[in-house]
Amino acid sequence: MSDATWITVRLTIELAALSTLLLLLLGTPLAWWLARTRSAIKPLAASLVAMPLVLPPSVIGFYLLLLMGPHGPVGQFTQWLGLGRLPFTFGGLVVASVIYSLPFVVQPLQQAFEAIPERVLEAAATLRASPLDRFFTVALPLARPGLLTASVLGFAHTVGEFGVVLMIGGNIPGQTRVLSVAIFEHVEAAEFEQAHRLAAGMVVFALVVLVTLYRVNRPARDSLGAAR
Amino acid sequence: MRRTHAIFRRLTVFCVVSLALCTSHSQAGEVTVAVASNFAGPMARLAAGFTAASGHTLRTSVGSTGKFYSQIVAGAPFEVLLAADIETPRRLIAEGHAVAGSNFSYAIGQLVLWSALPGLADDQGAVLASGRFTKLAIANPKLAPYGRAGLEVLKARGLGATLSPKLVTGESIAQAYQFVATGNAELGFVALSQVIGAGQPRVNNAAPGGANTQAPRGPVLPDKSATGSYWRVPSNLYSPIRQDAVLLQAGAKNAAAAALLAYLKSAPAKAVIQAYGYGL
Repeated sequence: MSDATWITVRLTIELAALSTLLLLLLGTPLAWWLARTRSAIKPLAASLVAMPLVLPPSVIGFYLLLLMGPHGPVGQFTQWLGLGRLPFTFGGLVVASVIYSLPFVVQPLQQAFEAIPERVLEAAATLRASPLDRFFTVALPLARPGLLTASVLGFAHTVGEFGVVLMIGGNIPGQTRVLSVAIFEHVEAAEFEQAHRLAAGMVVFALVVLVTLYRVNRPARDSLGAAR
Repeated sequence: MRRTHAIFRRLTVFCVVSLALCTSHSQAGEVTVAVASNFAGPMARLAAGFTAASGHTLRTSVGSTGKFYSQIVAGAPFEVLLAADIETPRRLIAEGHAVAGSNFSYAIGQLVLWSALPGLADDQGAVLASGRFTKLAIANPKLAPYGRAGLEVLKARGLGATLSPKLVTGESIAQAYQFVATGNAELGFVALSQVIGAGQPRVNNAAPGGANTQAPRGPVLPDKSATGSYWRVPSNLYSPIRQDAVLLQAGAKNAAAAALLAYLKSAPAKAVIQAYGYGL
């Protein structure tokens, strides 16, 4: 593997790992709330979470470019914070990935939480488990397969992301050139050999990840199927 | 019974009429053309002129020349390619995907350094050395002739190494334009045709032919749709961007495809092409 390829692979893994971590931190409480709430805004919140599944990446990329640009509210906010602007930076890709992969993390978690019977949590409550205790010692362990599915899908989907990173990334080696963009560039330049090497690697990666996930999660409920 | 009969009759009439429409349509001819991103603006105007002159209609796809190459090799139904370079049409001919001898230069590209901010790009390109910007957008030099030309300009100015951390790369010149238009990059190397835009291009009497050998002039904003500022890069700073058209195998038997290529060589078409800032 050449140096340039290695930088690209490492950047892709870093992006996916960091995005997945942030998604679990943000997505778990959100999924818990969605699973338990009877609030009138739940359908709206659930729809917003699912939007990236439906919207083309070009729509997300286009609006992120405008929102995070110098005239956009997000761009003005990050500049006010002294962070500069997000497009063409690794941080910008992380933000975009979190938005783009949100449903892949929140939905499996939400389904896992919804599958926990109310009486289990009530029983824990009668044993004087605080709400926080119930969440960490009862709900979270019971939702383990959902947690695994969410992590794996969040990671894999970020690795597989293309349209949004292409539109806001600027293809900078070591900064924003991730694998999918590098493959696209090879294909466009008719460098099919290099394209094949990376593309075949991606196919193998995706297959291994999914087979592992399905094997590990087999005895549990079909949370992956439910997430779709 | 009567009613179904009536419905049948109506259906028959409908079928005959639509069939007639379809046939007349195919007689008038249609040509599917792949157009390099930088030429999208002029192509839209040329399409109207072509249809008015010949009765044929155009189906236009806009994209990067590199992508079109891959698609054509893979059997895409394009009949004519207006490339952003001369190599791709030659390669398609050599590989048997295009008709030998049909390639010709329809335009010579004019590179500009453009900013959406009024007053940033000066008419000498001094802004490149000024440090008054954080990002410089460029089309991928590996894929796009305009990107390669942009790099040549930076090298000619001795700024290649200094500015490389500021470069952001679009997959085509259209994306480089987009980065500048949204303000995410303050400057970018794009085609003059993009900056002149979709408005009414003014036919520039001083420009034909000699445009590429002229000394740089101040920003000439032909209409209100063009905003910001730009530097028309003198042609001695980069190797010429010759753009060739070629008849592809899929269109070899289509009279409309041949008509389009002939139209591109006509005086009215040349006037439009020059009005968008291209040399000939």
